[in-house]
Amino acid sequence: MTKSFRFGAKLLGLTIALGLSASASAQLMINGAGATFPYPIYSKWFDAYTKVDPSVRFNYQSIGSGGGQKQIMAQTVDFGASDGPMSDDNLSKAPGKLLHIPTVAGAVVMTYNLAGNPALKLDGPVIAGIYLGQIKKWNDPKLTALNPGVNLPDQEIVVAHRSDGSGTTFIFTDYLSKVSADWKSKVGNNTSVNWPTGIGGKGNEGVSGQVKQTPGAIGYVELIYAIQNKMPYADLKNADGGFVKATLESVTAAMATAQIPDDFRFSITNAPGKDAYPIAGATWLLVYAEQKDATKGKKLVEFLKWAVSKGEGMAKDLDYAPLPDSLQQRVLKRIDEIKL
Amino acid sequence: MPVATAMLEDQDSAASRMAAPSRFGDKAFEWLTLGMALAVILLVFLIGWQLARGSTLAIQKFGFHFLTTSTWDPVAEQFGALPFIYGTVVSSLIALLIAVPLSIGTAVYLTELAPLWIRQPIVSLVEMLAAIPSVILGLWGIFVMIPWLRDYLFPLLKKLFGWTPFFTGPIYGTSMLAGGMIIAVMILPIITSVSREILRSVPKLQREAAYALGATRWEVTRIAVLSYARKGLFGAGILGLGRALGETMAVTMVIGNTPQIAVSLFKPGYTLASVIANEFTEATSDIYLQALFEIGLVLFGVTIVVNLLAQLLLKTMTTKTATRAVQ
Repeated sequence: MTKSFRFGAKLLGLTIALGLSASASAQLMINGAGATFPYPIYSKWFDAYTKVDPSVRFNYQSIGSGGGQKQIMAQTVDFGASDGPMSDDNLSKAPGKLLHIPTVAGAVVMTYNLAGNPALKLDGPVIAGIYLGQIKKWNDPKLTALNPGVNLPDQEIVVAHRSDGSGTTFIFTDYLSKVSADWKSKVGNNTSVNWPTGIGGKGNEGVSGQVKQTPGAIGYVELIYAIQNKMPYADLKNADGGFVKATLESVTAAMATAQIPDDFRFSITNAPGKDAYPIAGATWLLVYAEQKDATKGKKLVEFLKWAVSKGEGMAKDLDYAPLPDSLQQRVLKRIDEIKL
Repeated sequence: MPVATAMLEDQDSAASRMAAPSRFGDKAFEWLTLGMALAVILLVFLIGWQLARGSTLAIQKFGFHFLTTSTWDPVAEQFGALPFIYGTVVSSLIALLIAVPLSIGTAVYLTELAPLWIRQPIVSLVEMLAAIPSVILGLWGIFVMIPWLRDYLFPLLKKLFGWTPFFTGPIYGTSMLAGGMIIAVMILPIITSVSREILRSVPKLQREAAYALGATRWEVTRIAVLSYARKGLFGAGILGLGRALGETMAVTMVIGNTPQIAVSLFKPGYTLASVIANEFTEATSDIYLQALFEIGLVLFGVTIVVNLLAQLLLKTMTTKTATRAVQ
């Protein structure tokens, strides 16, 4: 009895001592929330950054872009993250000026299930036609014209799309709105839309499951997902008229040639340039231009600078496309303007 | 719940048989439990109130049309919940149609017929089914169940029942029927275990009396056991229905997520719970978010209405038997 009591007392003392020492070397906690797509690279950055500056810890909740925007607007986090730029409406509702800091980019690829797995070429108007339900068969003249030499079957095209709201859908519908006036007026562009046709699958795995299991199916998934699961995907005709394979390089190329405004709320779909892959998009961190807490703000700025310079080097290992050098320089300059 | 009331009645009669000594502890216990019961009621009201508050804008903007229109367009910000209500009710009914006979059959076998050594393994297996996370069941649905349905069961159904409007059109696998079937798998364990408890509580005398009259095993089960336990079995079904209405993850993965009202069960559908799970995280505009909140409110309402209807059905059923007994 007494023995166990003593042991308990010792344990209690130890716990208190540990608690004290932990609070003595208190670390600065920086909180963030938002997009799920860049979560793997962000958590790698946060981990690697503890070696650069051991006094800062990051806590990132990947709750989705909508949540990220809501939380930074409500100032419950120190930074938000979003796969799509914020709308003017939401920006005006925020209590201060919000900056968009692009970090990495990804691509969306068209994957398909055809007997014999032929290499396929597609262009914007044809993809729009398929997703509008106007092109219904694989041997449609518009498809055979793009793919001379490929024996396309007389088979119904089964369309698969994301059912959950996602940045992937945002990028995909942004592209379709640019290449098809019909799509723009009938459907439009958002994280989730009123699909004219097709079956909805939840997440990349839902869409790819649908495509893999249904002969004659087509769907769109993130490039990372297609690479990691060894799925076939089509070469796409870009704005310059050439056919481009989706690679990390062709995505970075699209960012280098796309028109990028000073507020960094850009879209790189259908970007010009012969190497640019057309269905790609960046992801952003959202921070206030004026930081309320000077110490925290200073640490956050240091981290952001590290992320868009050194951090970019880790992107390719995780299958994300890094920002091109020219854009990195512009972003670094903007980060310098954050007031503490 | 009928089960609960039956148990309460038992306790009441037991209490009246004993002389109740008045003690402070008993009073305190009574108040404590009353408080707990009230807290549950309060919680239900709070949920309803919060959902209504969260969707004020959408309620004002769309009014009653929210329940009667079928367009769900986040770009144009037009929202109507009808296809989701339809999908929720239909998929739950399909699930009940499949799960109730299976569950009651299992329960009857386990309580009336099965040799002792086989009972425990089956009971454990059924309970294990309840422990499978719904997302795992959903993945199993996509990769195992759907291909099987598409290649074998659905073509067979089409061949046999293609003349009815329910089994027509192209077969993709992901469909309202697949959604209903996965829910059936998920509600099987609860209906089975509640039914088993109810059948076990049927007094031995009932069975012995029937046997004494020369009834066969089937007649004993039908007349003495099932008919006696009917009310409780109905309650087990209602418990299952409650779960079916709210099932989300697994259904989302196999139902096809297309907001449409189609008679054919081969066509994809959508449920209230699924659309919330799918779109809530990435909804950025206020009205969009509020419309999703209103979907939650509608689901809340649908659950209450369906449960009330079931209770009503139960009541008419029991009064009918009562009058028949008198005649």
